[in-house]
Amino acid sequence: MSVIDKGALSYLKGRIHLRSVMETTAVTSTTLSTEAPLLQMKHISISFPGVKALTDVDFQTTAGTAHALIGANGAGKSTLMKILSGAYNHYEGEIWLDGREVHIRSPKEAKDLGIQIVYQEVDTALIPNLTVGENIMLDRTVHDMGRRHLIRWKELYQEAESILARMNIRVSGKKLISELTLAEKQMVLIARAVSKQCRILVLDEPTAPLSHSETEQLFKLVRKLKEDGVSIIFISHRLPELYEICDEITIMRDGQLVKSDRIANIDQPKVVEYMLGAKMDQQFPRIEREIGPTWFEVNNMLDSGKINGVNLHIRQGEIVGLAGLVGAGKTELCRAIFGASDTSTGEIRLGGSKLRIRSPHDAVRYGIALVPEERRREGVFVEEPVSVNLTAAVLSHFSKWGSWLSFGKEKQAAREMIERLGIKTPSEKARVRNLSGGNQQKVAIGKWLLVDADVYIFDEPTKGVDVGAKRDIFNLVAELAKRGKCVLYASSELSEIVGITDRVYVMYDGSITKELTTRSSHEEEILLYCTGGGLT
Amino acid sequence: MNTARPVKEKPAASFAFDFLYKYGTLITVFVLILVFGTVADNFLNTSNIINILRSISIVTIIAVGLTVSLAVGGFDLSVGSTASLANALVISMFVWHGQNIGIGIGLTLLFCLAVGLINAFLVINFKIDDMLMTLATMFIFQGVALTYTRGATISQNMILPSGDFATGKIPAVFEKIGQVPWIIVIMVLVVIVVHLFLTYTKHGRYMYMIGGNREAAALSGIPVSKYRLAAYLVSALFAAIGGIILGARVMTAEVNSGGPYLMDAVAATFIGYSVFGAGKPNALGTFVGAVLIGILQNGLIMLSVPYYAMDIVKGSVLALALALTYYKKRH
Repeated sequence: MSVIDKGALSYLKGRIHLRSVMETTAVTSTTLSTEAPLLQMKHISISFPGVKALTDVDFQTTAGTAHALIGANGAGKSTLMKILSGAYNHYEGEIWLDGREVHIRSPKEAKDLGIQIVYQEVDTALIPNLTVGENIMLDRTVHDMGRRHLIRWKELYQEAESILARMNIRVSGKKLISELTLAEKQMVLIARAVSKQCRILVLDEPTAPLSHSETEQLFKLVRKLKEDGVSIIFISHRLPELYEICDEITIMRDGQLVKSDRIANIDQPKVVEYMLGAKMDQQFPRIEREIGPTWFEVNNMLDSGKINGVNLHIRQGEIVGLAGLVGAGKTELCRAIFGASDTSTGEIRLGGSKLRIRSPHDAVRYGIALVPEERRREGVFVEEPVSVNLTAAVLSHFSKWGSWLSFGKEKQAAREMIERLGIKTPSEKARVRNLSGGNQQKVAIGKWLLVDADVYIFDEPTKGVDVGAKRDIFNLVAELAKRGKCVLYASSELSEIVGITDRVYVMYDGSITKELTTRSSHEEEILLYCTGGGLT
Repeated sequence: MNTARPVKEKPAASFAFDFLYKYGTLITVFVLILVFGTVADNFLNTSNIINILRSISIVTIIAVGLTVSLAVGGFDLSVGSTASLANALVISMFVWHGQNIGIGIGLTLLFCLAVGLINAFLVINFKIDDMLMTLATMFIFQGVALTYTRGATISQNMILPSGDFATGKIPAVFEKIGQVPWIIVIMVLVVIVVHLFLTYTKHGRYMYMIGGNREAAALSGIPVSKYRLAAYLVSALFAAIGGIILGARVMTAEVNSGGPYLMDAVAATFIGYSVFGAGKPNALGTFVGAVLIGILQNGLIMLSVPYYAMDIVKGSVLALALALTYYKKRH
């Protein structure tokens, strides 16, 4: 406890100082190592319809090093790496390799230059019903067979095994991909990437789904590749890992490069500081409200490796934030509480009495509402009109004699809700698919306002929602709390967590690692805990 | 990123498509009536119209059950086999076991509900694709019906394996079910009841929601599994009613008598998707679809098109209806 406090305190002091430093040095990149860089990306800019995604980015890496690339969601790191791998052809700027300007406008050109990228979704990149060997040699089987039509199996497996041996990966080439663990799949994917000429290897959040020991295995492989002179670009949100494996770091924010340096020259809080930058002012409602007694409790919630024994409680009228990065387990926790996971166990209490929640149907009956993250897939019925969507969870209130629908009442309620939430729709009969993202979200929320539940769980409610609709949503959330509801607000947008909640639980890797009172905390501190920092 | 969908100006071609999609089936029905009415003299006779309605009644009843299974996003391919089984059971109850009409029909319905229960159990618990699972059970129940009848036709005074004649009689009241007007009355009742159920009750609304987005339905607190089970029970129930009426109409239980009704029911249901622009399975649409098929069949026979070429026509109509439905889904 004292260790943490001390760390946080010194970090706080540093922070004030840092702000002033940042203002003078912002958006400059210092020269990194003295060695000649392997890769240089100069003055890279790219726009998509309506958005300027990257502005004049200079990025460089050295052979035989691992380079961390970090930034908040939407900072532009994936876009930059996609340009490098040839996914876009309409960018401006130059790419230099070995001091020579190269031309990368298609994935094939990038691969021919030895630039390989391993995406986060390993399962979409490998073919599960083929063997490890076949997958490793896939590129060659597809592109380098020429006029040959028969596969030489012996040759294929010999070569695959030699690649695996060279990289110290202990997986049989004859095993099916579907039998492998996630970590093994990841390593097979990397083996495939380096099976051809590989000079630059981009790893996009490779550790997100891995356990601790699996991550260690992966790092061994990364170190081996470094020794072989490969330049590795490592994208991750987990700060401690970056410090363990990387030599250099580049931090991006809002489509610009903010800082490049040797990682040893920057400590973790400083990285967080650079990631966040100056805060944009958002309009958060200031509604005075009474916070009552503890009303909703979750004890020892477990879900097969995704949630590891979570405890939390919410008081009446309290907005509790659930902060965490993408993949920390927030969505899984929300779904588990709501009874939407078949494998979860744990005790849930409402007003002191224990609830038996085996399905969302039970949860709704007990007065729990969930506004899910994937709105189009889980939240709304796009083919149905607005009115049908709004009454979906309380249809009993709009039917007489047990089940006969009264369309008049439904129409009236729908119109009132459209008015109250300011949903922009031609009428209550319009199909939801024709509404904008923000208005669809309002429909998804409005559905639960008609229910009048006791506990409201919001999972990333402002994802893909415009600024105006965001403010409306914040107001709604605050209003619910004012009426004495328990609100759980899960988000990876920390400014929202800070702006709207009373108390915050920070989730990291399936566990709640920190509980904070919002008023006495701030965004940087929460982000530090979200990235697994600050605890050691 | 979920961006606002800009409101597009609809081109004239799209309007034309929407109009044809909504009213195309009805227009086709009227055009067919006009064409057949002018070409074939007897086509518009009252007796022929009643004849058409009678001929589509069994298909319609089975198709309405199928419509309910499709409404929850399922697909019950076993309806034809269930009808065969029901036909065999109900006739055997009378002929073999000498039961009265109440017990005969009651037990048949009960057995067929068990079929629906098995379908629902397999589909829901093992999360198997509905169409594949019911393809399997279609063969199973077809086989069960065949085994039950020992691969033979059941009829009054048939010779039993023991060498004796069967003594059971089919009740005269039962015969009435398969005759005009009752056969048509039952069909109309079934269509109306299911239409009201799907459109005007909470339960029907839930079924469409489950069919539209199962995940969102579950997360809205709708007990998805219960409603899917109910849909398969309803589907089996109507298939059984179809089979029983078939038995009343022909007074025997032929081998695999219900099988041919499957394709007609599927065609009627999918043609029904587009009626009035519903865009989803609906009982009234299914009825219109069955009428369309019935008129085509009747008219073409009057024009001396051989019966064995009929499947080509029906299959083409189904293909057209599917093409329309899926084209609409993508636009």
